[in-house]
Amino acid sequence: MSLDLDMKEIHEIFFEESLEGIDVMESGLLGLSPGETNLEIINDIFRAAHSIKGGAATFGFLEISNFTHGVETLLDQMRTGERAVTEEAIEIFLKSVDCISDMLSALREERPVDTQAADAVQGRIDAMLNQQSEGSAITEEATAPEEKPDCGRVLWLISFKPDSGLLQSGNEPSRIFRELSKLGDLSVRSQLADDVGFDDVDPTHCYTAWDLELISDVGRSEIEELFEWVVDQCELTIEMRELDVADTTVTPSSNPQPVQSAAGSIVQVDLPNASDLPAAAKKPPVAAVPATKDTGSIRVSIDKIDSLLNLVGELVITQSMLARFGDDNNSSDADARNLRDGLLVLERHTRELQESAMQIRMLPIGASFSRFKRLVRDLSGQLGKKVELKLSGENTELDKTVLEKMSDPLVHLVRNSLDHGIEMPDERVAAGKTGTGTLHLSASHEGGNIVIQVSDDGAGLNRDRILAKAIERGLVSASDQLSDDQINNLIFQPGFSTADAVSDLSGRGVGMDVVRRNITDLGGRIEVKSKLGEGSTLKIRLPLTLAILDGQLVRVGKDVYIFSLLSIVETVLVSEQEIKCVAGKGRVYRLRDDYIPVVKLGDAFRLRSGFVDSGDALATSGELLVVVESDGMKMGLFVDELLDQQQVVIKSLEENYMPVNGLAGATILGDGNVAHIIDVPALVHHVDSNTSAAVGESTAA
Amino acid sequence: MARILAVDDSPSMRQLVSMTLRKAGHDVQLAEDGEIALKLAATIDVDLVITDVHMPNMDGITLTAELRKLDGYRFKPILVLTTESSADMKARGKEAGATGWIVKPFNPESLLKVLDRVLEPVRS
Repeated sequence: MSLDLDMKEIHEIFFEESLEGIDVMESGLLGLSPGETNLEIINDIFRAAHSIKGGAATFGFLEISNFTHGVETLLDQMRTGERAVTEEAIEIFLKSVDCISDMLSALREERPVDTQAADAVQGRIDAMLNQQSEGSAITEEATAPEEKPDCGRVLWLISFKPDSGLLQSGNEPSRIFRELSKLGDLSVRSQLADDVGFDDVDPTHCYTAWDLELISDVGRSEIEELFEWVVDQCELTIEMRELDVADTTVTPSSNPQPVQSAAGSIVQVDLPNASDLPAAAKKPPVAAVPATKDTGSIRVSIDKIDSLLNLVGELVITQSMLARFGDDNNSSDADARNLRDGLLVLERHTRELQESAMQIRMLPIGASFSRFKRLVRDLSGQLGKKVELKLSGENTELDKTVLEKMSDPLVHLVRNSLDHGIEMPDERVAAGKTGTGTLHLSASHEGGNIVIQVSDDGAGLNRDRILAKAIERGLVSASDQLSDDQINNLIFQPGFSTADAVSDLSGRGVGMDVVRRNITDLGGRIEVKSKLGEGSTLKIRLPLTLAILDGQLVRVGKDVYIFSLLSIVETVLVSEQEIKCVAGKGRVYRLRDDYIPVVKLGDAFRLRSGFVDSGDALATSGELLVVVESDGMKMGLFVDELLDQQQVVIKSLEENYMPVNGLAGATILGDGNVAHIIDVPALVHHVDSNTSAAVGESTAA
Repeated sequence: MARILAVDDSPSMRQLVSMTLRKAGHDVQLAEDGEIALKLAATIDVDLVITDVHMPNMDGITLTAELRKLDGYRFKPILVLTTESSADMKARGKEAGATGWIVKPFNPESLLKVLDRVLEPVRS
């Protein structure tokens, strides 16, 4: 990284850290309860506000620093106990946080800052500040008119007698004199204190007093400024005299160093140079000190990380090519053995490198979770419900892209739980539950996947109503025999909403079908478990990362395809007789209680893209049926052979070629061949829409 | 050229200070809170410490007091860098042993001007 960041880059750092500060303030505020002064939290909030204000002032974002000043003052009063933590104050603070956040975003995007909202909040803050500080009005310090020479140069007589401990504060009289000498002609006379004998002298103390004469045209304040750090550690008088031209006692000397006694002084004392004192204390220069042992973090653009990951992906592929070469080489001579050993080490390092590189993109989900505190607080207030939000597994790490794309679906699920799931307090009490509902967000690892659960102890899904609605909407027919789970999963069907009145909260045009699509797009799955009267749990299963896939390699004809292991339910051996043809549904296989559509993988692609294989694949498609699931729908795909399971690096077809329906991407296998990755959700949907279209046709006929 | 340890929990302030000082030819070490700064200070030799006041883990006032207990820092200039222009914060800094203070907001020129008061002149 270049050391010379330009100002714009530093501004960008400021925006980033301020937005983090905003998060700190918000989550801190949500942790405050009225009437309690939780100092730790208030200090955190204060520090964040303080930093934002300080930075904004330094970088010239005065709208923000002025606004934040009031917030900071209020917080400071809470910190010192002058002001109680009230509901109203928390409310104002939360609004302020929004205002600051808006202003930051505007400045960052170089939009004009709309201060209207901020002004309104500012008014409330001012009102609060005034109501408290009445009577303790800030008394403006009356500043005396500055003593300044009317014209030309004057003589300043300065008497400076430091306390003996002056040097301990790192102040050094000679440096003050040096600065004074820049203001004009300076002469320095030192005088050792009368009452110190030689035996008493502690070289770390200062026993000298100075009389200085400065001939200059500067005002008093400029002189005082140079003494401002030591005024409480010395006796200082500064007097102005008209300059008597005939006065020859003043011998201008522009070089105050070294400080030496002039005529009349008793002893010459070389002023100890602070940095040399005491000699023993001065550490020998430490050779080759490692740079800052900074355990902190650096900001790196995501592009750089992705290009690193891409290279690592290429390396993994190269490594597996080499590994095959090593496997094939069975020669027992020493070179070949060394080569194989080397390749084994290379494999391990490559894997570790890949894991470490992937780790860079991983972020704990906690930051994303804690945003829900605000959402739950606001929504429950709006709905008149009482809800306690529980979070667990905040440290679970997730790929940054996955994390970002999960944000909207999670918001939707939380809104749904609050809106439809958790009942009003009186209903809950009537049902024998506590008035306060619980919403639990959790994240955990489960067998190489990330599982996120949103569960509530609300009313649960009403299956009768769901079924009635689904029949009304024509999603299922009244004669269908559906299991409880199947009924629950109907909520994920497009255009489904059971809310009697579509409310402001959930009726935002985003249905559960969109939630599910977002999740399947990420290669994940969502399922719902619910018990009437006891609540619902939505369980989302996600891959750890989007760049690598745990794949099952299968052979179809001469080609190798790859399924995501996550999508495979089971693999069964099927004889031809077990495949039935059902009118309108095509070929089906009875898997326990379900009839699932089955397709030959070769057919599936011919059907989709019009691509006709050599015929080989069709002819040899055998009896191995891979049952896959997506969006709660299962289907079976015939393949010829199950090969290895291995992690594969996903290469986008869209970026490298063009998007192909039914394929999620491709990878390069160890032997250098390209294998396509099956897009299971797309296949399942395709088969589903084909068969339902067929149903439609048959009923119309 | 001086060796300067700058302590601030805000990355942007750290960058601003370090950019300003490095452009002026100084050698800058950075730390993000008092605790880290104190550990770092024990292993390196610096001519000046500039520290923010409000920081997590260890604030600048405590850092100042702790540094003064280290042999190598008994007489070193330590400046507290803070938005507090109030007499109270200055007094607390002085009490802890600070040499002086720099009032925020500052600009690069004013920062360098203040440093003239605590650094030895550059030998050419």
